[in-house]
Amino acid sequence: MTDAYHARVEELPWVDPAPRNGLLEVFRRRYLLRLLVRREISARYSGSFLGLVWSYLNPLSQFAIYFVVIGLFLQLHDNVPNFAIHMFCGIILVHYFTETFNAGTRSIVRNKAIVRKMAMPNEMFPVASMLVSLYHVGPQVVILVLACLGYGWVPDLGGLVAVLLALAIIMVLGTAFALLFSAANVFFRDWASFVNILSNLVRFSVPMIYPYSIVDERFGSIAQYYLFNPMANAVLLFQRAFWVGTTDHPEELARTDLPDHLFARGFVMLGAALVFLVIAQMVFSRLEGKIPERI
Amino acid sequence: MTETIRVENVTKQFTLRYHRTFKQVTVAMMKGRRISDTFNAVDDVSFTVSAGESIGLMGLNGSGKSTLLKMINGVMRPDQGNVRTRGRIAGLIATGAGFHPQLSGEDNIRLNAAILGMSEKEIDRRYDEIVAFSEIDTKFLKTEVGHYSSGMSARLGFSVAIHVDSEIFLADEVLAVGDRPFKRKCLKKMEQVRDSGRTLFYVSHSAGSVRRMCTRVLLLEKGQLIFDGDVDEGIKILHYDEDKDENEPDTDQDQDDEELGNDI
Repeated sequence: MTDAYHARVEELPWVDPAPRNGLLEVFRRRYLLRLLVRREISARYSGSFLGLVWSYLNPLSQFAIYFVVIGLFLQLHDNVPNFAIHMFCGIILVHYFTETFNAGTRSIVRNKAIVRKMAMPNEMFPVASMLVSLYHVGPQVVILVLACLGYGWVPDLGGLVAVLLALAIIMVLGTAFALLFSAANVFFRDWASFVNILSNLVRFSVPMIYPYSIVDERFGSIAQYYLFNPMANAVLLFQRAFWVGTTDHPEELARTDLPDHLFARGFVMLGAALVFLVIAQMVFSRLEGKIPERI
Repeated sequence: MTETIRVENVTKQFTLRYHRTFKQVTVAMMKGRRISDTFNAVDDVSFTVSAGESIGLMGLNGSGKSTLLKMINGVMRPDQGNVRTRGRIAGLIATGAGFHPQLSGEDNIRLNAAILGMSEKEIDRRYDEIVAFSEIDTKFLKTEVGHYSSGMSARLGFSVAIHVDSEIFLADEVLAVGDRPFKRKCLKKMEQVRDSGRTLFYVSHSAGSVRRMCTRVLLLEKGQLIFDGDVDEGIKILHYDEDKDENEPDTDQDQDDEELGNDI
């Protein structure tokens, strides 16, 4: 019996016990990822009475505040048809990104009990945070679709591509940022506060509470730099999918309030986000060795 | 013999940071004080272990035992040198498993087992066995592990780790917590592990149980491997035998374990 055992062990390869394949390893161990996502969904609001409802109250309250302040007080929405839809397109995506970014940044520190003692790819935690945030996007999109249908919007294939492209950009970008800052946050907790400030900026860097036409009008040639922001591209793609179709003159609106070559820009941004993800992974791998001792 | 662990010239350096905030760092720099210091927690350690061996890893507190185990199970990476292993590694580091305090016992069992590399099916099959061995009341399994007593979470951790099919089992001071009947049960289970031909790594301060469990002793002192060989000789070098007469509180613990050893 022991001889058979020895023979079997003899067959096993010599490996480095520390996991080294980063994100690839994360997707190989899907059951573990699923467990982590499921438990994060319940843990994110553990000890709270309303629980998951907060995920909806949060964007809804933002929506209400902006709608009242920007729309009713500042009367910006007079120039923008169906301003509520225009804004909600932005809020969903911005909220998805900032939630991924914030929760992802804290994810490794929050799981320090596990990180200290168990060998597993630590990339698991930020990726799980991104998926949990994605899980919360679903119902918000359903609300958006219902509202659009109320305005007589008809779904189209281009719109579907736009939605998937926008979500893909934010998934990749959010994971990259979460990965980078989750490792940095282990060394100095200041990063979590810094991330808070950054996520405030994101809100104003996308055409959400103001239409894209304003950027084009007021900044002229500088407007093209505005589109270097992948988040702005994602929001514009979402507006192409939902908002434009709800208005009375979609063609004209697409000309004034969406940039040229919207889809081509979207794919370029996705490519850029992927490159950034690779860089984030490389930085993460360099920092990772010190994480268990510094956490 | 079939080797399962190779540790080659492994060094792990830790950095001590005396000042962490911006204000402290600037003040310290102005006064010309050092803001950090390094030391080798594990210093140029090499050894190989074969399947079926059971190693007693001994040394005083802070000698680098847990750090060495963390590099063997892959939580930490050596700064210099190599660690190579064969097969699955399970076990406990520093008296407890990596449990998440905000998760229920049940969730933690699954999570822990999945991290150790078990598949969903394997976990489903072993789940009842794990719970039964831990002797934790099912009503507590729905409660957060953070509310468990230290003995309870140690029991659960040991139970998960021992039920994973692994080639290498690491047991770091597993018997430091837990009551006597459970200690006895753990020792018995570990003897089974040892006798099945798997590799056992056992960290303990009790000479008695090391003598019972182990076939070879590794001694660490300030991160360096000062002895590798016969069990009795190793214990003698560490003076744990003499301690019995000098150190009162240790005596109880030691005799307790000695008895335990004899029980089996």
